[in-house]
Amino acid sequence: MTDTHHGTGVHATDTGAADAVDTGTAEAFLSHDESLRHAPGPYFGSYGGRWMPESLIAALDELQDTFEKAKADPEFTAQVADLNRNYAGRPSLLTEAQRFAEHCGGVRIFLKREDLNHTGSHKINNVLGQALLAKRMGKTRVIAETGAGQHGVASATAAALLGLECVVYMGAEDTRRQALNVARMQLLGATVVPVTNGSQTLKDAINDALRDWVANVETTHYLLGTAAGAHPFPAMVRYFHEVIGEEAREQILEQAGRLPDAVCACVGGGSNAIGLFHGFLDDRDVALYGFEAGGDGVESGRHAATITLGRPGVLHGARSYLMQDEDGQTMESHSISAGLDYPGVGPEHAYLADIGRANYEPITDAEAMEAFRILSQTEGIIPAIETAHALAGAMKVGRRLADSLAPGEQASDKIVIVNLSGRGDKDVATAAGYFDLLPDDSAEQEIAQEGEQL
Amino acid sequence: MITHSTGRHAAGDTSGQGGAVSKAAAAIEKARSEGRAALIGYLPAGFPDVRTTIEAGIAMAENGVDLIEIGIPYSDPVMDGHVIQEATVEALANGFTVPQIFDVVEGITSASDAAVLVMTYWNPVMRMGVRDFAQRLAAAGGAGLITPDLIPDEASEWLEVSEELGLDRVFLVAPSTSPQRMQNTVDASRGFVYAVSVMGVTGARSSVGAAARAVVDAAHEAGAERVCVGLGVSSSAQVREIGAYADGVIVGTALVAALRDGGVEAVAELTRELSTGTAKASA
Repeated sequence: MTDTHHGTGVHATDTGAADAVDTGTAEAFLSHDESLRHAPGPYFGSYGGRWMPESLIAALDELQDTFEKAKADPEFTAQVADLNRNYAGRPSLLTEAQRFAEHCGGVRIFLKREDLNHTGSHKINNVLGQALLAKRMGKTRVIAETGAGQHGVASATAAALLGLECVVYMGAEDTRRQALNVARMQLLGATVVPVTNGSQTLKDAINDALRDWVANVETTHYLLGTAAGAHPFPAMVRYFHEVIGEEAREQILEQAGRLPDAVCACVGGGSNAIGLFHGFLDDRDVALYGFEAGGDGVESGRHAATITLGRPGVLHGARSYLMQDEDGQTMESHSISAGLDYPGVGPEHAYLADIGRANYEPITDAEAMEAFRILSQTEGIIPAIETAHALAGAMKVGRRLADSLAPGEQASDKIVIVNLSGRGDKDVATAAGYFDLLPDDSAEQEIAQEGEQL
Repeated sequence: MITHSTGRHAAGDTSGQGGAVSKAAAAIEKARSEGRAALIGYLPAGFPDVRTTIEAGIAMAENGVDLIEIGIPYSDPVMDGHVIQEATVEALANGFTVPQIFDVVEGITSASDAAVLVMTYWNPVMRMGVRDFAQRLAAAGGAGLITPDLIPDEASEWLEVSEELGLDRVFLVAPSTSPQRMQNTVDASRGFVYAVSVMGVTGARSSVGAAARAVVDAAHEAGAERVCVGLGVSSSAQVREIGAYADGVIVGTALVAALRDGGVEAVAELTRELSTGTAKASA
């Protein structure tokens, strides 16, 4: 038993129970006109907080203060809106996927096209906002961690745009698997530091970024790429991604005339999911689904299904679900998708899981790759492998909806939105290897084989 | 010594309730009574094995260390530099498990008079359960915990349990710590306050700079009776420099490197050398 209390009680927003796991109160929230939206942190139930070295607390305080003032400053919100529209290309489309829907029990499927954003994923929403905050704080340097390279590329992009020095920490293992993304970051003027500590993947890249931050905090902002970490990161990263859910809600009302039955997203740290979910948190009839990386299958032990199989603990500054062993040592995660290959998850997801407002399920590598293939060949959209987990989940959700129709209802009456969080260009080598499309002696074959060893 | 404990937040109070004396405070006060700054030595448990950690701990105690700090190897040590990271990775690879920390503590405390604190990232404690961990630590003769990633704001359970069991709780303060946080952290600490000398991670440095003195002064002004400086200290000259204004000096990386390169005998030798720096100037 972890049996841990949290916090000082001053900031506590839960019922005060000492239980490690919160229990279902979503109904209570929703039936009493209490909103789950815009949860400010530092705590989400008993999750979140600041489990961080004292050396960094002043920087977190400064960031929180800057963020709160910026949110209330029309000039800042206008800057963000302008960059979103005229640089990132927002609003992103909501595309109905009719041929893909045939594989989802015949329900209507709508894709929220974050893949069409500049740099090819939802990550740009967060980096533009945080880079603007870095400038407001007078910082001249940003550091970031990256797994697959999407957040590293997005960070390098925002740094180039706003004239900031950028250093990206990336597991040495990942720099080999994603050599072209390393080159892309370098082309954008960033320095990429291969991390050789620990498992040489995303969590170790975060460790090294934190070590850099401690030493250089006066000049440096840590541009964390997901809705995890110490307060204010989870609430702040969500804030910059809320635009996904806001747009999707408006678009589905316009295109389908009603709210969806379910929304689906993949969850590593959980930033694209929390951004989409946020728009629908208070819509009690909209089911929320987060799909975690099941790797070789959760029974295999080789996975990254943190909420499904983890237990509460603290890592990288927040209390949340965590893949850990009996001793509280962080376990290595496994996924074909480098972007989901993280043993933790954002604290707001842990809370939404416990209160039953959102459902989290694992998707295996094989299920994800099947959905990857199907979407590519039915819609002409190659998704990121991370995103393919959400698509595979949507296929399951759609079939379940189709199997449980009320009398007189048709599958096509049901609506599911999937966050198409990123495009698959970065994954072509891995996917080509997976589907055995490469000549034996090609350079890509070598890269693909490494990708498969995840 | 002040004894007005107010439960969780015993302002400046370094003795426990019910007469339980802070072991860390006692060790530092003993050094003070001898006209010295206390010398505090760090080693990670299980590097290269539990037996050696105990022997090295005893060797430190016999050669001039007043207070021993034993680290729990952890998968994600964000406050540690390369030398300690490599040592803890090796300890884990050699099969170290968290409950063995109590064997190490007991092995050292049963063979020496040195106070032994455990330095640990928080998740292993949380995983075992704060109360279970604390009870086993107390039973093993441990003095308390140094917690590099636990700030008083998140420590309500630990504050309660440590108060109850008379265990020391050593929180960190840094050059970046605000006056308000300094006050809160000093108030929440028991035994001593750990002043981080520089903004950075563990590792030997040629100079710890002026920031350390400012942190120590601020902690003293906030009412801390004992403030010890760590991070970057590796030589008797640095011990002398810091010992002139701090109540204790913490050496970690240099001792870990000595153990790595020369075994227990090298630890004993470095400890003797470092301890020549602790005498306060007799002015």
